[in-house]
Amino acid sequence: MFYREAGDFKTSYEADNQTFPIAFDRYRYWAVLAVAYLVIPFIINDYWANAIFVPFLIYAIAAIGLNILVGYCGQVSLGTGGFMAVGAYACYKLMTAFPDVNIVLHVILAGGITAIVGAAFGLPSLRIKGFYLAVATLAAQFFLVWLFNKVEWFYNYSASGQINAPERFVAGVPVTGANTAPWAQYLICLVFLTVCAIVARNLTRGTLGRTWMAIRDMDIAAEIIGVNPLRAKLSAFAVSSFFIGVSGALFFAVYLGAVEVGEAFGIQKSFLVLFMIIIGGLGSIFGSFAGAAFLVVLPVALKVIGVDLLGWPTDIVSHLQLVIVGALIMFFLIKEPHGLAQLWRLAKEKLRLWPFPY
Amino acid sequence: MKLKSLATLALTGTLAAGPALADLVIPDLSYRTGPYAAGGTPFSDGYQDYFNLLNARDGGIGGEPIRIIECETAYNTEKGVECYEATKGEGALIYQPLSTGITYQIIPKAIVDEIPIHTMGYGRTSAANGEVFNWVFNYPANYWDAASVMVNYLLEENGGSLEGKKIALLYHNSAYGKEPIRTLEELSAMHGFELSQLAVDHPGQEQKSQWLQIRRERPDYVLMWGWGVMNQVAVQEAANIGFPMENFIGNWWAGAEHDVTPAGAGADGYKSLNMNRVGDLPVFEEIKTLVHDAGNAAGDGSNVGNVLYTRGLYAAMLAAEAIALAQENTGKADIAASDVRDAMEMLEITAARMEELGMPNIGPEFSVTCQDHGGTGLGIVQQWNAADAQWVALTDYIAPDDSVTDPLVAEDSAAFAAENNITPGCL
Repeated sequence: MFYREAGDFKTSYEADNQTFPIAFDRYRYWAVLAVAYLVIPFIINDYWANAIFVPFLIYAIAAIGLNILVGYCGQVSLGTGGFMAVGAYACYKLMTAFPDVNIVLHVILAGGITAIVGAAFGLPSLRIKGFYLAVATLAAQFFLVWLFNKVEWFYNYSASGQINAPERFVAGVPVTGANTAPWAQYLICLVFLTVCAIVARNLTRGTLGRTWMAIRDMDIAAEIIGVNPLRAKLSAFAVSSFFIGVSGALFFAVYLGAVEVGEAFGIQKSFLVLFMIIIGGLGSIFGSFAGAAFLVVLPVALKVIGVDLLGWPTDIVSHLQLVIVGALIMFFLIKEPHGLAQLWRLAKEKLRLWPFPY
Repeated sequence: MKLKSLATLALTGTLAAGPALADLVIPDLSYRTGPYAAGGTPFSDGYQDYFNLLNARDGGIGGEPIRIIECETAYNTEKGVECYEATKGEGALIYQPLSTGITYQIIPKAIVDEIPIHTMGYGRTSAANGEVFNWVFNYPANYWDAASVMVNYLLEENGGSLEGKKIALLYHNSAYGKEPIRTLEELSAMHGFELSQLAVDHPGQEQKSQWLQIRRERPDYVLMWGWGVMNQVAVQEAANIGFPMENFIGNWWAGAEHDVTPAGAGADGYKSLNMNRVGDLPVFEEIKTLVHDAGNAAGDGSNVGNVLYTRGLYAAMLAAEAIALAQENTGKADIAASDVRDAMEMLEITAARMEELGMPNIGPEFSVTCQDHGGTGLGIVQQWNAADAQWVALTDYIAPDDSVTDPLVAEDSAAFAAENNITPGCL
């Protein structure tokens, strides 16, 4: 009734090609943005920022990045943790080497550096596919973590091998360091996420996205119709790594403030982001959001229910959490292999027909 | 997605709206799961049991009941931050996270939130400089003291000279394991021993190549900075290659019963540091009757008297003493976190007081000042007797070489002060 194309007339190609062609979708999009920018910053506190919103926003950027590579271009990667570490350490080196330059620029540059590193590790994808490529990216994961642990230059020769984010400002407001207000932390991540999501959405709708999808669906056929696999695959690795690098930089600078590479960017981080896009939905920007939200909120929700409401021992709740998350992953893989994004798609189909389903 | 966050919003909203009780809130950032649970569980049991004992016996501290909020971190910094944020609003008086990684994470936050952190024998070593780290305490000892105590012990064993000896450091490849390197490098230059470093990656089960290297290089001594499952594997590997166990010395986080029992008789003779005494204490009887028999035991109650249980108890005792002193200083029972910090700077632990608390000689005597948050740095060396399944203290408290550690503390804390625009001074 309210969710349909009928009556929504387009008079130009631009209007016809817009991201959300259905009016209801557009209003919903603006409503979400309005709540995110105009409501949440005023009510957010330390706990909500640090436990839910900031990690969600940062993981969503990482999930979008990985989704471009795995979901759109079909190149399986297990190197996400390593690439996030590149972003974090690049950001740290830039922050300490050029303290007068704005942090926003540092984060973007950190993304750029990660893009170069990612493209370099993407080179094997020209020769190998599938599981074999996953193993090659796994090597990147272990190599990068080892590198940041081994070479002292990366952590400025500090005794503990930790990197600590110094205080940096955007428009006079601290966004890194201990004095950061929760709304500032939240807003800077939100701005990055919004820009990343819009860029990713439009990239995947354009020529570049179509070449990625052609490669994903059948690389030989894609090559025959004129897609250059070298450019397509390497651009996917570079763009994906850029987003992952940005998320790594924010993860270190804005969220944690102090990072130890083996602990923060280990293999489990790669799996976590991969689970996010599998649960959320491969090849869908919305899926990246849904997956990130699901895996960030679920453990916190289970903890709140188990420990705070039911008063169970913390270790039992923590073990149950592993069981429940594992069971849910299996459930989704069996019941809905296309992830939460598919549920959303189905819901939209149903809405189109409502209230007269057939 | 929106619905889910709204649901949790509502959920925690109702929780936050609960009645604010006037009591002493002690968060216990414990870890009873994951690869470090073997160490985290007994520590947390001892920590909670002591506060439960105070509640049962004295009705809390100064008549004010204690409320423990346990939060599981799994030794993971992200969860540690979440636990910190979740508990600080409850009126937390002191944090003892038992994790160097989490400590680094919460030091800047705690300075802003004005809640004291006590990292007993772990954490950031240079926090011993109280003029820079106003809110962080690491008495009675820290890692650099431990490294120095180890070398002093070896000096004594070798008639005062380590010239030409080869010493290997086997360390957990994290902030925790890297802490002693700087001190050991300094000491190696000073005493002329050759130091080699062998890193073991988290969680520490993979040590074959490191022990192969030890077998090839045949160092005279192996020092270990290990935690969690890494300790058990290292002791087993050392037994496997036939490394003389009496030349294998762990730090105080690598010397508990669960670290050596898996290797059986092979672990016999393994040494480690300890900062608290081992053995039976009168307070254990009270805990058994007043806490365990009343059904309030933390965990399954099987860890009483273990090395790490005693250390958890010791940590709780030091916190309780500081709280009692804060109550005395302010003249009121319901105190704030800043009062506890002030009291910690005036804390004095005497042998008579430890005796009175039913834990004679549990630790060294020490006093804290505004300048020195680090205590004395004394440690004992203990050895595992596999036949009797117990730790035997080999030495009395050994003093570290302050002339080595003090300049390093000054240097590192000055770097922190410069990074964070802190003007050193007392509060």
